[in-house]
Amino acid sequence: MTLTDPQGIPPVRDAVIELERVTKVYRTGTISVAALRGVSLSIDQGEYVAIIGPSGSGKSTLMHILGCLDVPSSGEYHLAGEDVSHMSETALAEVRNRRIGFVFQQFNLLPSMTAWQNVELPMVYAGVPRSARKERAMEALGRVGLSGRVNHRPGELSGGQQQRVAVARALVTEPDLILADEPTGNLDSKSAADVLRLMGELHDAGRTLVLITHDVEVAAAAGRVVGIRDGLLTDNDQRYLESVR
Amino acid sequence: MSWLETIRTGVNGVRSHRLRSFLTVLGILIGIAGVIIAVGLGEGASGQVTSEINALGSNVLTITPGSTTSTSGIRQALGSASTLTMSNVSALASPVDDPDIKAVAGITSSSEVLTAGSETATTTVQGTTPSWLTVRGRAVAEGRFLDNQDVKDHTAVAVLGETTASELFSREDPVGQTVDVNGVPLTVVGVLTSSGSSTSTSSTTDPDDTAIIPITTGAERIFGGTSRNSVSSIAVQARSSADLTGAYQEADHLLLQLHGITNAADADFTITSQASLIAANTSVDHTLTILLGGIAAISLIVGGIGVMNIMLVSVTERIREIGLRKALGATPRVIRRQFLVEASVLGLVGGLLGVLAGLLGVLWLPGLIGDPISSSPTAAVGALVIALAIGVLFGVYPASRAATLAPIDALRSE
Repeated sequence: MTLTDPQGIPPVRDAVIELERVTKVYRTGTISVAALRGVSLSIDQGEYVAIIGPSGSGKSTLMHILGCLDVPSSGEYHLAGEDVSHMSETALAEVRNRRIGFVFQQFNLLPSMTAWQNVELPMVYAGVPRSARKERAMEALGRVGLSGRVNHRPGELSGGQQQRVAVARALVTEPDLILADEPTGNLDSKSAADVLRLMGELHDAGRTLVLITHDVEVAAAAGRVVGIRDGLLTDNDQRYLESVR
Repeated sequence: MSWLETIRTGVNGVRSHRLRSFLTVLGILIGIAGVIIAVGLGEGASGQVTSEINALGSNVLTITPGSTTSTSGIRQALGSASTLTMSNVSALASPVDDPDIKAVAGITSSSEVLTAGSETATTTVQGTTPSWLTVRGRAVAEGRFLDNQDVKDHTAVAVLGETTASELFSREDPVGQTVDVNGVPLTVVGVLTSSGSSTSTSSTTDPDDTAIIPITTGAERIFGGTSRNSVSSIAVQARSSADLTGAYQEADHLLLQLHGITNAADADFTITSQASLIAANTSVDHTLTILLGGIAAISLIVGGIGVMNIMLVSVTERIREIGLRKALGATPRVIRRQFLVEASVLGLVGGLLGVLAGLLGVLWLPGLIGDPISSSPTAAVGALVIALAIGVLFGVYPASRAATLAPIDALRSE
């Protein structure tokens, strides 16, 4: 399998995500808390992986590291072949912009902007020319079925529609990885099902998706489930699923 | 991300919080308008005083009774019972004693009510001699000025200033008409040309709001009271500006001699030059400008602190927005610029509106307070630059706060 990188950077390996013995320790004064205690994980191009764990398991920390929002205390993280474990804040911002599309539980749309302007935002930071931005934003909104809502502001959209705008924003830059953090957490079951169906479609279209959740049913939508507990990945994904059932 | 995009984002940030942005801008607006009006008031006042002093004539010294230089306390208040007489005037006019003095005019003056038919006007009536015209550098527009015969014969005639003439005789030709002063009918024989410096609306300082009568007529029939031979001031014109110092010394020396005073510090008169008047007034106006400008500057700083305060609140309130923008790929530099641009836009808009308000004030206020205010392009441009600088300066700290926020902390906050 080969990567088609829009930036023209040659593919190094097939794995989009490669974590090696990643730890994360938070220090507050004299107390240090190990949120991740040596996590190794490999996710291939085109995979749809759910990371599941209860609150306090370290899954948020893992999500932050996977999303390049934070760097590991030790260990290595390669994202699409690039070592991002020791990058500066500025370099990380650039990596997030180019390689990762985020979908958050809170949608995180800017209320003063219309749907298409929200979708356009990552391209603004990528330096895409204005005319191309609008075109691509419209296209992405079409893919999530919101062609008729492009000029609506978030306040004029339902929760499900807002989350679809957020999905459009995540995929508009053609990122290597779409990272969804509890994307259905704030939605009613019908909207949640819509969003999960949309994620399934993206997976079918060849996107690499990582979904972080505490909900077993949501995790079941993914092709592969990885459990996390007490800062460590559980050995057998299936056994974890059964244990929480 | 280009500067254009950054500016667009910044402007949108300002526009999406209209009321708050407006209130912030208001602080800057008031400060800038205040600076412009304060500077304009100061410049206007000093311009007015200078032109009034220049209207006194060129190379003129004014001698007033009383001393302001007394070492033993003020023995005689300025302008009190006159120590200057008509004989002093004629002595000063002698070309033998005082070669540097070109012309001398003794003046008695008083504020009187003039009546012509149903019209009345309160004006400064000045009793003087024909040389007044040269000393003051004035000219007659119509009719004639006083002549020596008028002074000698105590003729009941008057020459009116332009303002007074138009107040009393709005339609008719004033020359040949009669005006009543304290029950004495005076024939108007002439009207002076405008001094060209009547910038003021107040009658006490308008050099065109006056009536000139022979000094003898004044002493005998109009003013009364004090000694008929005394004058309330003497205007001395030097031959040239180079002779001004000479004229000063000659007049000083002669008057000390005539008044039998040996110690110059005991002089019972004061000689002032236009230059010293201008200097004194300029320094007063300068102090006034600094004072007003200082107050305006303080309000500008307060406005700047307002910008900083709002930007800090804005950073705290928009912490999720900042987090999201960072997650989407905004570098710390881009975030810093966005907030700096927002602060600068607030400063610049406040500055522009402040200049506008200041200029409106400059146009509108003089009619209200009766003082001239000059509009200075330098002050306007300076104020704009200051406003922008304040925006940037007070925006730096909030902007770096925003830039250094950790994306996870920013995203996590509810």
